[in-house]
This record gives sequence, C-alpha cells and structure tokens, in this order.
Amino acid sequence: MPLLNIQGVSKYYGDETAVDNLDLEVEEGESLVLLGPSGCGKSTLLRMIAGLEMPDEGKILLDNQDITRLPPHKRPINMMFQSYALFPHLSVRDNIAFGLRREGMASAEIARRVDEAMAMLEIGNYGNRKPHQLSGGQQQRVALARALVKRPRLLLLDEPLGALDKRLRQQTQAELRKLNRQTGIAFVFVTHDNDEAMALADRIAVMQAGRLRQVDHPRRIYDRPVDRFVATLMADANLFESIVVEEAEDMVHARCGELELQFRADGIPRPADSYQLLGLRLEQIEVSRDPLPKGPNTASGTVIDIDYIGDMTTIEVRLSDNQIVKASQLNALHEPLIELDETVWLTWEADALVPLADA
Amino acid sequence: MIYRSLALIALPALWTLLFVAIPAALILKISFAEPQLAQPPYTPLFEAGEYGLVLKAHLANYTLIFSDPLYIRALGNSLLYAGIATLCCLALGLAIARAVSCAAPRWQPLLLTLIILPFWTSFLIRVYAWIALLKPEGLINAALMGLGLIDEPLVMINTGFGVVIGMTYTYLPFAILPIYASLIGQSPRLTEAAVDLGASPIAAFWLVTVPLARSGILAAGLMVFIPTVGEFVIPDLLGGSATIMLGQALWSEFFSNRDWTMASALAVILTILLLAPALILQRLELGSRPGMKK
Repeated sequence: MPLLNIQGVSKYYGDETAVDNLDLEVEEGESLVLLGPSGCGKSTLLRMIAGLEMPDEGKILLDNQDITRLPPHKRPINMMFQSYALFPHLSVRDNIAFGLRREGMASAEIARRVDEAMAMLEIGNYGNRKPHQLSGGQQQRVALARALVKRPRLLLLDEPLGALDKRLRQQTQAELRKLNRQTGIAFVFVTHDNDEAMALADRIAVMQAGRLRQVDHPRRIYDRPVDRFVATLMADANLFESIVVEEAEDMVHARCGELELQFRADGIPRPADSYQLLGLRLEQIEVSRDPLPKGPNTASGTVIDIDYIGDMTTIEVRLSDNQIVKASQLNALHEPLIELDETVWLTWEADALVPLADA
Repeated sequence: MIYRSLALIALPALWTLLFVAIPAALILKISFAEPQLAQPPYTPLFEAGEYGLVLKAHLANYTLIFSDPLYIRALGNSLLYAGIATLCCLALGLAIARAVSCAAPRWQPLLLTLIILPFWTSFLIRVYAWIALLKPEGLINAALMGLGLIDEPLVMINTGFGVVIGMTYTYLPFAILPIYASLIGQSPRLTEAAVDLGASPIAAFWLVTVPLARSGILAAGLMVFIPTVGEFVIPDLLGGSATIMLGQALWSEFFSNRDWTMASALAVILTILLLAPALILQRLELGSRPGMKK
C-alpha cells in the first residue's frame, strides 16, 4: 500500500488548468522528485498535498485515509518553503519548537526534540539567533529542522536548494539524501533542475502542463525517456524523425534521410511507412577517424563544430544529406583531439536508440 | 560638510521653533501666571524688583487641577474614553485591515477608498448623524423597539457609551490604514508555514500575523489615542455633563471663564499625558524590528 495516493486530482485557476487529472503514488520512505519547467503545476500539486490548496477534482489519500478536505494543520505532512518562511520575530529555537508547541507537547520533551533536531542539522550554536542573523545555508537548515522535528509522515520540499550557491547545493543534496535515509520519512521534492532531480531522487516524476509525462527511476528517465519532452528535458539528445522500413525478428529498421537506423522492437506494432521518432544520447555514439563499413546505425560526415568542456568534447557532424548529428566523448589523454573539417565515422548500438512518443 | 547638513535641517528647525517650540514655551509660561483683569489677562512671569527681574511663578493652577474633582474627573474621563476607543479601534481595525489585505488585489484599492470615504463629508455632520442614530427617539431605538427587543428606549446619547462610539467611529480609519500597511508587507508564506506546522488559522493569526504587524498596531494605537485624549467636539455633542473630558474643560476655561492661565495649565497637562505613551511606545518599537521580506 502506498503512503500517499493521489487519484485523478485536478486544479483550475479560472480558465487555466494547473493540474490535470493526475494520478501519483508516493511510497513509504522514498525520495520522489517532481521535475518540470516553471508553470507545469508541480508547486500547485505540492501545495495540494500540504493542504494549502484544495483540488477541484479527485482525491488524496494518506495511509489509505482520505485527506482531500483535511485542513493543513491537521495533516501529518510538513513543508519546507522555497523562501524558508522562517518566523522573523522568533529565535531559531522558537521557530523549531513552533510546531511541537502546537501539539501541546510537554516542554521538557519539546526541548529534547528541538536539541536533537538542531544537532542533526548542525545548527546547535544558533539557537538564540533570529533568522535574519543567519546565512542562507543556515536558514535552510533551520527550515528543514523546523519541518523534520514534527516527524511527519511526508516532508514536502519546494525548490529546497534554489537559493543556495553551487558548492553549497551539492553538499546539501548529499545531506538531504542522508536525512531521507536516516529518518525514514518520505521526501517529495519540487525542482526545475534536472541535475538536482537526478541527485536527489529515488524516482522522478516528470511534469508538463499539469500532467505527468513519466514516473520512473532517474536512470530509466535518462536512458529510456518515453517522449520528446522527457528526452530533451534531461539532457541533449539527437532526435531522428524516421520512417519505419520493416520489422524483422526483434529488430525494427527505419530510415531517416541517408541514415539507416535499427532499434530493438518493444512489442508495439510498427507497420512499414509509419512515422517513428527516435532519440539517441550524445555519449552513446562512438566516434572514429578510421573508415567504417556502411550499414545500419553508422554514419560518416564532416566535423563542423567542436565544444570542449574539460572532461568531455561535444562535436557536431554534418552528414552528406545535411543532417547534423551531435556526439560527445570523454577526453582521453592519448587520443589526439578531433579537428574541424575532419571526416569522422559514427556508430552506435541498436539499444541506444530510444523510440519516443512525439507529443 | 557640517554647513551643508546644518542648512538641510535649518528649515524644519525654523518651522519647529516658530510654530511648536515658541508657542509651547508661551503656554508653559502662561500656565505659571495668575489671571488678572487686564490686557493680557494674566500676570507677567518676571517683574522688575529691587535687584533686577524677579520670577513670579504661581503653582496655583496645577494644585487646583490635582485637587478639584472636576478636573480630576475630566482627566480620568479623557484617559478612560480615549483608552476604550483606542482598544475598540484596534480590534475593529485589525479585523477590517486583515479582511482588506486578504481580499483579491484588484479589490483592495476600492476597499481602501471606501474606508477613507467618510472624510469626504464634514466631521461635524457625521457626528450630528450619530445624534440622530443614538437619541431616545433615534433610528437605533426605533428599530430595536419595532423589533420588540426592548420596551423602553436605551439611553445612549449623553453617556460615555455615546462618546466612545463617536470616537471609535471617527478615528477607525486612522487605525485601519497603518495596520493594513503592516499586514500587506507580510509574506503569505509565513501564515501558511504556521498552519502547515499545526497552528489553527486563528492561532496562526495571533502567533504570527499579529506579532509581525506590531509596529503597525502600535502606530495605529498612537494615531487614535493622541487625538482622542484631547477630543473636544465628540464629547461635547454626544456626551453629557458627567462625561466631561480634558479638551472640554480647557475650552470652557479659555472661552467661558477667560482664564488663560488655567487653560494653559490644562494644555500642559494634556501634552505631558500624550507625550508619555508616545515616548514609551517609541522606545519599545526601537527595541526590535522584525524583518518583513517577501
């Protein structure tokens, strides 16, 4: 039984549909990231889980109990706001104790729990400071402690790393993973940053225009995206708008300009002459300066652009029919660098070609 | 550099000197004099004596104020009615300001205009309107008796109740506006965070919204308390002989009794009365200043 079960939830703002008939499950203790561009409805979904917005349609179940109409202060769910929303008139200690005091807990127990939370987040020395006397990273920790000290069933984090600089962000990512495992509390993140999603998630739910496009493990979202949107959201990819030639045994042959493409059949029937979009990650292409025999999943062309970024080099190759294929490879020390106008041969495995829905 | 900053404060300093400091000093001086039938109607503070000028300060006015039950009552009434009216204005002001700040942004300018709309009509006319509402044969009594809720008209006019109603009504906008300004500066995320952490909406209001609106609430309190303590027209029209306030006592000393010295002494007491809370609140306010960022 999932911890949280979102069933057919919709939210409208006037004529606009923020969340569109969405189903999603969150498992006990997992770290789920809602990933999508701004305005895709991911924050609205998070606020509906918290109870700060009411769905117009659908149900939200927590531990199999319908909480759709339960007001936020009665939900065992806490949220870390993007702006942290620390109470400026209260000290760090009082901020963290705020939620426990509302439960009517004994003050000795509150003090113990607050100490524990402050120790866990290494903010024990700032108890008497006011939020405005803390750095951004420290404020973030207080906000996290304030939510975690309640020991919620579910912790919601709205762009938790958005306000931190790059170095602190990477450090905090690792810490959030650790806290997730340590506490056993399920985390639901919202972010628009795909690297952040990869680093934080057990599962990623990609959202666009109020709907989920794909929910899966980060690795599968990256390697096996289901459609054009997911494929290009995660990283750069070659997209081949190809025509199916034939399906033979477990391989499908397709053609895109002069390219002969061969990819693994996945049970979906693909009649000859039907349209099929195929994705190919840049790093799945092997670049060679030695001529390769012509055949499926090979190409040759002229290098027209080189983008050197330290560990990787990305090249753009123009084929004889003017198609452009991008490929990237790790920079090995002994390999001489590829140069502009050089002719190169490209090859890739059939499994590297991912059939994509073109929506 | 020093001349430039001196030049900068010269005009406001001159203004304060001419229209605040000198008149205040004159009143203070007159308050220590004795009345006399002459022009001006008070004795000079300094008289030419054998060895130059001699100070002739009389404390009679002050001793009389603190011994005559009339003045003590006026003093007590002023503090009592102004205090109650201030509390009423704060309670209503908080509720109305909160409602306006929660309204859809496109409605807020209209609502604020409605709040200050009464200022478009004369203050006197609005107070007279309250007489029509409160008097025994007035609208409120007629309505209550028509509904059968009371058998005899309630006595509302010429009472402290009438005075407090009139002052609350008149000064309410001065309470709403500063509270509204401090509420609108608060991030809605803060109350959401409070509710998310388990506070009921009412608890979130008292624990987060109100403390963060502290400076606005204190300003509202001063904006109402200071003018109501010295109020003259409202107690004169809506109150009776038992509800006499300091402003009325001052007016009658000056215009009826032509006792400038007593009127001045009352004015000095009134000023001190108003200065004290203002200074205390200002000190409190400077103590802490919570940030109000979005």
